[in-house]
Amino acid sequence: MLQGWVIIVVSFAYLGLLFAIAYYADQRADAGRSVIASPYIYSLSLGVYATAWTFYGSVGRAASDGVGFLPIYIGPTLMIALWWVVMRKIIRISKQNRITSLADFIASRYGKSALIGGLVTVIAVVGIVPYISLQLKAVSNSFTIVLQYPAIVMPAKMGAVPFLQDTALGVALILAAFAIAFGTRHLDAAEHHQGMVAAIAFESLVKLLAFLAVGMFVTFGIYNGFGDVFERAADTTRLRAMLTPLDGVAGSYASWAWLTVLSMLAIMFLPRQFQVAVIENVDEKHLNKAIWLFPLYMLAINVFVLPIAFGGLLHFPPGSVDADTFVLTLPMAEKQELLALLVFIGGLSAATGMVIVETIALSTMVCNDLVMPVLLRLPVLRLNQRRDLTGLLLGIRRGAIVLVLLLGYLYFRLAGEAYALVSIGLISFAAVAQFAPVVLGGIFWRGGTRRGALAGLTAGFLVWFYTLMLPAFARSDWLPIGFLEHGPFGLALLNPQQLFGLARLDHITHAMIWSMIANIGAYVAVSLSTARSAEEHRQASLFVDVFKHSGDAGGARFWRGTASAPELFNLLARFLGPASAEAVFRDFAHGKGMQWPGDDLLADAEFVHYVETQLAGAIGASSARIMVASVVKEEALTIGEVRQIVDEASQVVAYSHRLEQKSKELEAATTELRAANERLQELDRLKDDFVSTVSHELRTPLTSIRSFSEILREDPKVDLAQRRKFLDIITKETERLTRLINKILDLSKLESGTTEWHELPIDMKEVIESTMTATSQLFKEKDVRLEASLPQQVPRLVADIDHITQVIFNLLSNAVKFCEAGKGRVEVVLVEDNGFLRVDVSDNGPGISPKDQKVIFDKFRQAGDALTDKPHGTGLGLHISFHIIDHYGGRIWVSSRPGQRTTFSFTLPLVRAPAPAEAT
Amino acid sequence: MDNFEIKGQRLVALAMLGCLAFNYPILELFNRPGTVLGIPVLYAFIFAAWGLLIALMALVVETKDRADR
Repeated sequence: MLQGWVIIVVSFAYLGLLFAIAYYADQRADAGRSVIASPYIYSLSLGVYATAWTFYGSVGRAASDGVGFLPIYIGPTLMIALWWVVMRKIIRISKQNRITSLADFIASRYGKSALIGGLVTVIAVVGIVPYISLQLKAVSNSFTIVLQYPAIVMPAKMGAVPFLQDTALGVALILAAFAIAFGTRHLDAAEHHQGMVAAIAFESLVKLLAFLAVGMFVTFGIYNGFGDVFERAADTTRLRAMLTPLDGVAGSYASWAWLTVLSMLAIMFLPRQFQVAVIENVDEKHLNKAIWLFPLYMLAINVFVLPIAFGGLLHFPPGSVDADTFVLTLPMAEKQELLALLVFIGGLSAATGMVIVETIALSTMVCNDLVMPVLLRLPVLRLNQRRDLTGLLLGIRRGAIVLVLLLGYLYFRLAGEAYALVSIGLISFAAVAQFAPVVLGGIFWRGGTRRGALAGLTAGFLVWFYTLMLPAFARSDWLPIGFLEHGPFGLALLNPQQLFGLARLDHITHAMIWSMIANIGAYVAVSLSTARSAEEHRQASLFVDVFKHSGDAGGARFWRGTASAPELFNLLARFLGPASAEAVFRDFAHGKGMQWPGDDLLADAEFVHYVETQLAGAIGASSARIMVASVVKEEALTIGEVRQIVDEASQVVAYSHRLEQKSKELEAATTELRAANERLQELDRLKDDFVSTVSHELRTPLTSIRSFSEILREDPKVDLAQRRKFLDIITKETERLTRLINKILDLSKLESGTTEWHELPIDMKEVIESTMTATSQLFKEKDVRLEASLPQQVPRLVADIDHITQVIFNLLSNAVKFCEAGKGRVEVVLVEDNGFLRVDVSDNGPGISPKDQKVIFDKFRQAGDALTDKPHGTGLGLHISFHIIDHYGGRIWVSSRPGQRTTFSFTLPLVRAPAPAEAT
Repeated sequence: MDNFEIKGQRLVALAMLGCLAFNYPILELFNRPGTVLGIPVLYAFIFAAWGLLIALMALVVETKDRADR
């Protein structure tokens, strides 16, 4: 079933399916329901990295030097871990500046220089052409081989070279048609090709499945698993050395390391990788999953490479079959027609995916950064007056696609047969690696200048051309081969593969070392020794500080001039078509809360910048700059002004940082204030309570004084005994009033901290004894027994004797108050306890409930029910005692239970700590 | 934002670890005859280390940092 027509029909059916997928995705995108807005699709689309080179060439390389193919996939794994930092920044920059390609990115960074854009485009095209020819070679080779089924004949030995070349030309033209259909159907201001991305993601799946299928077939179908393949290889003399393949080859660790570096750079700077990773990225967050999914994809597609390589080497006699074709020839040799067809389709997927994305990316570069800047500058063409340029743009892009593919074909005819697949691919890798210094330097180093970038790119490209491209030409007989052996004009020092006598390295490592030295050296040296223009200064700031500038308006700060909205509209319409231009204007007007057409849009800096970035999306930054400059009267900013704006911007950032800090502090202060306010309100409430309680306490005695006085005044007939009794009551109540007022005065002094403390050494024992004597009358009146148990001698302590006396007096008078007349017994105990003196006053009164114990030291609180019980005192004594003891750093407390003895105790420290309670 | 930066630093550290693992002296340790489960030591090491590196990267990226939420 592997006749030629079957293969052709299946191939076209497959390409048709791809187109259907792309068409569907485009439709969905137009309807606003994107199918590619998924991190999985994004990761799969990154799989465009695996081309026909991976599909066929990895096995070829593995068959010659074992693990030597792996750095090309390990490098990207290491690089992608850095994407979190690097790629995120590139994506953010590209979105803000509407970058359309790698050339656009670099040109934009270095002052929107058309010269740099053109140079990058040339390097990319020249560098990538061999890579494209590799794909053509792979597809036409595999096609030719499958056609010979069931025989296995290498194309190189067929002698039918014209046929093979015709196939390659056909493949090139068909792929060109597809790339045109995918990439240039219409002009999109956002330069997104959603259909293409969906198709690429699908192709990534197909090639992975095809490769896994053939890998499993070889490993488990032909052999009995991994162990079996390797065991048989170990038994074969010519293969044994490959099992420890890094041995013995001079410089092999160096080439391993350099290959890793090279592929680290390739995964970022191959035009097609930049296209899918940056330009086609629809959401920065997709990067997160891709960081581990894409390496996983590469791991999966490489697992079976070694078994297939060893399987092929074991299966075919040495030299009979090209190792690059093992993937296809092994199923064919085993008569697995379907599998062979699947492999062919897998290889086709790998090749078409690469070619489509690469040519679209290159055509965008050629159009926006090479052709348009030149055309727009040629006054003869009068492009400025043409009404609609969309057709011209699309035409240029289509032409570029065809041109690039034909160049690829040309290279294939001239040089393709001289190299294995892998070596061709590595030449391209080394070419795009030349972009690394100017891009990475450009996004992290403000100091890189336009001239520095030009110098670096030129130097790197020239060295690359001399050390890799010229030898490739020499091998394909364009140049005398003696050029490689003895150097140009017999100058051995200039031998392109052993420059300055640097020998013993493989060609790629050798070329990388010299080109990177030249590239980075020139970039840094020239950047440091040239001045920057205002434009460069501003672009450097926009790129390096991309995370500090927010929104699209970042570039508008740097513009000053006048323009008219209708002129800008005409400009946009010429490049995007009237419909798109209308939509762009409407969006902008909508964002400003205005109508278009209708309201007069003010063509201010922000608006002009907006139009320029929209235009840049279609024709690239440098061309857009030229076009916008042609319709607006722009006042050039001087370098000093730009610097000032940049400085202002960083000042604003600093201010906003400070502002943020201040607002945090303010917030903390507010919380504190709120707490303080709550406390104040609580205190206010307490004060109110205090005042009302005091008034109440004062009114009670006053009322009785007043009423008895009135009786005495109104009724002169009151007899003497009665009169005396009334006067006694009045005297008592007056005394009570005096006591109360004294205590309130004491309290307010204590609380405000204005109490005077006359501190002298006192003997606690004497104080207690004298207070007991002073209160003995109280005890006698109520017939309560007072006992004391005092030690012979206690240490003196320093305190105000009056205050301490007051405390003891309060406790004793309290105790006697609550004792039952006749049966009461009060005991005073003084002990020295661990650096403190403790005084206990206990009575056999009714006891105090736990609830009351908590509040008994508060103002105006008394045990028992204040409403029903007759008050026994002012309710201030214990509160005052508490303050006094607290002042001396001691403690006062009560232990009691209803029905049991109540003991009030306080302690005073013998040596006082510096009193913190002074203020209270 | 802190969480974001910490993840970036972890990934950079992993990249450095990878550079170490897939280079001279470490590779030389495994560049010897012999097999692990039938697979030559060097191949087994490279693929195992590669898989482990990817797993660690996935772990770093997908972990929701508690401090941030």
